[in-house]
Amino acid sequence: MQPKQSIAATGNNLKIVSLISVGKHPQSGRVRRADQDSRAVELGMKLLDSGNPTGGDSLVVLHAGDPKEPGLRGYAGMGLNSVQVLELDPAADAVAPLGEYLQQFAPDIVLTGVRAEGGESSGMVPYQLAEKLGWPIVPRVADIISVEAGVAEVLQALPRGQRRSLKIRLPFIASIDSAAQDARQSAYGPASRAMMDIEIVDSSTDQLRENWSEAPAKKRPKRLKVIKAKTAAERFKAATAKSQSEGGKVMQNESAAEQAQAIFDLLLEEGVLR
Amino acid sequence: MIFEWLHPFLIVTALVLMVIGAVRRVNLWRAGQSDQIDLIAGLMAMPGRYLHDLHDIVERDKYMSKTHAATGGGFVLSAVLIILVHLLGIDSQILAWALMASLALMFVGALFVFKRRLNPPSRISKGPWMRLPKSLLAFACAFFVLTLPAAGVLPEGTGGVLLTLVLTGLIIWGMGELFFGMTWGGPMKHAFAGALHLAFHRRQDRFGAGRSTGLKPVDLSLAHEVGGVLGVAKPTDFKWNQLLGFDACVQCGKCEAVCPAFAAGQPLNPKKLIQDMVVGLAGGTDANYAGSAYPGKDVGNAKGGPNQIITEGLLDPETLWSCTTCRACVEECPMMIEHVDAIVDMRRYLTMEKGQTPNKGAEVLDNIIATDNPNGYAPASRTNWAADQNLPLMRDVKEAEVLFWVSDGAFDMRSQRILRAFVKLMKAANVDFAVLGDEELDCGDVARRLGDDATFQSLATRNLAVLSQYKFSKIVTTDPHAYHCLRNEYNDFGSDALNGVEVLHHTSFLNELVQQGSLKLNSFSGGKVTYHDPCYLGRYNGEYEAPRELLRSMGIEIAEMERSGFRSRCCGGGGGAPVTDIPGERRIADMRMEDVNSTGAELVAVGCQQCTAMLEGVVEPRPQVKDIAEILVDQLAEELH
Repeated sequence: MQPKQSIAATGNNLKIVSLISVGKHPQSGRVRRADQDSRAVELGMKLLDSGNPTGGDSLVVLHAGDPKEPGLRGYAGMGLNSVQVLELDPAADAVAPLGEYLQQFAPDIVLTGVRAEGGESSGMVPYQLAEKLGWPIVPRVADIISVEAGVAEVLQALPRGQRRSLKIRLPFIASIDSAAQDARQSAYGPASRAMMDIEIVDSSTDQLRENWSEAPAKKRPKRLKVIKAKTAAERFKAATAKSQSEGGKVMQNESAAEQAQAIFDLLLEEGVLR
Repeated sequence: MIFEWLHPFLIVTALVLMVIGAVRRVNLWRAGQSDQIDLIAGLMAMPGRYLHDLHDIVERDKYMSKTHAATGGGFVLSAVLIILVHLLGIDSQILAWALMASLALMFVGALFVFKRRLNPPSRISKGPWMRLPKSLLAFACAFFVLTLPAAGVLPEGTGGVLLTLVLTGLIIWGMGELFFGMTWGGPMKHAFAGALHLAFHRRQDRFGAGRSTGLKPVDLSLAHEVGGVLGVAKPTDFKWNQLLGFDACVQCGKCEAVCPAFAAGQPLNPKKLIQDMVVGLAGGTDANYAGSAYPGKDVGNAKGGPNQIITEGLLDPETLWSCTTCRACVEECPMMIEHVDAIVDMRRYLTMEKGQTPNKGAEVLDNIIATDNPNGYAPASRTNWAADQNLPLMRDVKEAEVLFWVSDGAFDMRSQRILRAFVKLMKAANVDFAVLGDEELDCGDVARRLGDDATFQSLATRNLAVLSQYKFSKIVTTDPHAYHCLRNEYNDFGSDALNGVEVLHHTSFLNELVQQGSLKLNSFSGGKVTYHDPCYLGRYNGEYEAPRELLRSMGIEIAEMERSGFRSRCCGGGGGAPVTDIPGERRIADMRMEDVNSTGAELVAVGCQQCTAMLEGVVEPRPQVKDIAEILVDQLAEELH
């Protein structure tokens, strides 16, 4: 991590990677650019535009899978000259080749969606990549405000439209929330013209997944909501107020060791660690 | 007269300069893209097109048509005779008298032009155009006097130096305007470009009572070419004959006077748009433009050139997105210019190359691409509206007399009332019909008019593939936009699915049924009724009579609006305008409702679900808005069993 810092510290040559997957329209099931992933591309493009005026910054839009997949064209139509594709078998696990690519390419910021719109849709890819690379992950990012001196100021999306401002040292992985800026329109001409930079990579078949069978998700029954609010003000509060967390404590002035001990105790207490 | 050689010399000079100017101008047009036009056939057909097609439009304004016939006819005849008499020096009193007569005719015409220009309406351009009647008069006077000796009225050599000088001055002025100005960009350019525009018009099938209104498909293979551009980015991306067409404009402002967007205070003026295209093709600025501006924008800031991007300096994209594609301007244009096609050509670039469809446009296009309907509903829910209707599906019956094209009205609760009414009428008349159900897709109208021709073409080919599986002799739809696409725009895709199939709007079809006696109707007693012509039914497809006949068959006497028939004012709902939603000072639908109100009608009969939605969006109190099918269904005589 240390060498990266000095590069970003000058404010020059910020390397951004946006990871994209093939999306699925919720109503028609048709292939499309995934909503959150295209927001990740939008944020990448925004950082590129607002960043270094000397143009040292770069954005790579990266996909692991089939380069002929028409869904990728939707991203290209946002005005990309090329899409980097790690070609691998559709049944293969994408995490390993993505991790290797990122390790080699050494970007400063990796942007992903929170979860894919098809396949496992577990939302695990950013976490697994972060683990592999040893980088921090910031989930559900709404915006990246600035990148200065190797530190990014990031707005994280919280429920009910609230935001949390975080400062993160580069490099890091951010998963982009649906609250982030809408993706720009995808235009047919650039979409058709963009190059697919294909790199064939070794991959291993996802053994576990092979035996799974896919079925459409069933809607879970909804718990009936009993409305207790009597007045409009109460209803408004119920709809907007942050739910009060119970218990817990804020530790700001304690030493790092004490803070870590408190977290460790809590994890033991909750049965996360045994 | 002294200086015998002077006037022939001047004439030759003017003619030579005119030819040089013509070559220059032609080269400006030739910078455009090639288009397949039979040049010889076009030139041969040109006089006929002038006398019939063009004159029919000018004839709507009797004053102007007579004035123009006298001035223009007099001038053309005079020009030929001047060459014979004064240049070639043919010594014939008959020719000289003929020349004097034609000059007199031209003079009288020019007087009327002059009179019209004394207190000109705001729609017509001023500037150099105010000079034109005086130039015409100068030309006619000067040559009249010059011809007197040749006619034997005055002896040869009459007049002194003063008369010769005055005469020479007038001749230079007159010929400067009428010969030199014709090809070097003066007001008389309209005669030169206009005649050629008639010959090489982009829509050759528009002439001779033809009706060509379908947009031309984009060559999508350009999307895969490096350096290819979809749609029109620069003036040179237009076809050469479109550039020629822009040059034909006479700036009469008839388009401006009827444009609903202009009246609503949106930043569009069709006349200014065409003049900006002229600036683009010739290069320069709009500083010399002397007509009304785009509402809310100043004149003088537009700059352009043949190879400069139009929307970067010449035009604000908002101007292009203000158009409702109602074709009122095209219908009124005496020079038969195609404003709407040019606008859609430029929108294509903005949408397919730049991805800059404004406001909700991008979202609607995304929805159409992903779900084949503009609101992103589940494609499998397309037939939900008819759950209780027991409609035969083409997939099951394979064959029917009539295919009922339901259109996207299926997803809209207001439009569903129209659909239900129409189904009830068809059932009452025992029509053998079927629907496509979920196999039907959006017809592509909105996508195409928003400039996304790729999506239109995809929808059209997929719809045609579905249609080709079934047998039917008629397609009937309640949506004039779908009607127009199916009837006029699906022919470009090499499918025989619609060969021998009659595409009908529901009002035409219902009118047939009523005339045949298959539908029995009670007479209507609900007060005063007026009828709003949908643009895509009327101007696009020429169907004005069937809806009116249907209304009359219920005993309704239609209280016509001042702007009805081919002059009908748009509801504001066409061309994706409600989606792109460019702000103005008024709403187009409100203005249309004022038109309705001024007839005192209590009910507006409409034949289009878009119009229904737009007009019903006007705040109450206002007259009721009903589709003709809904009015008919209420008057359906119940049969006693």
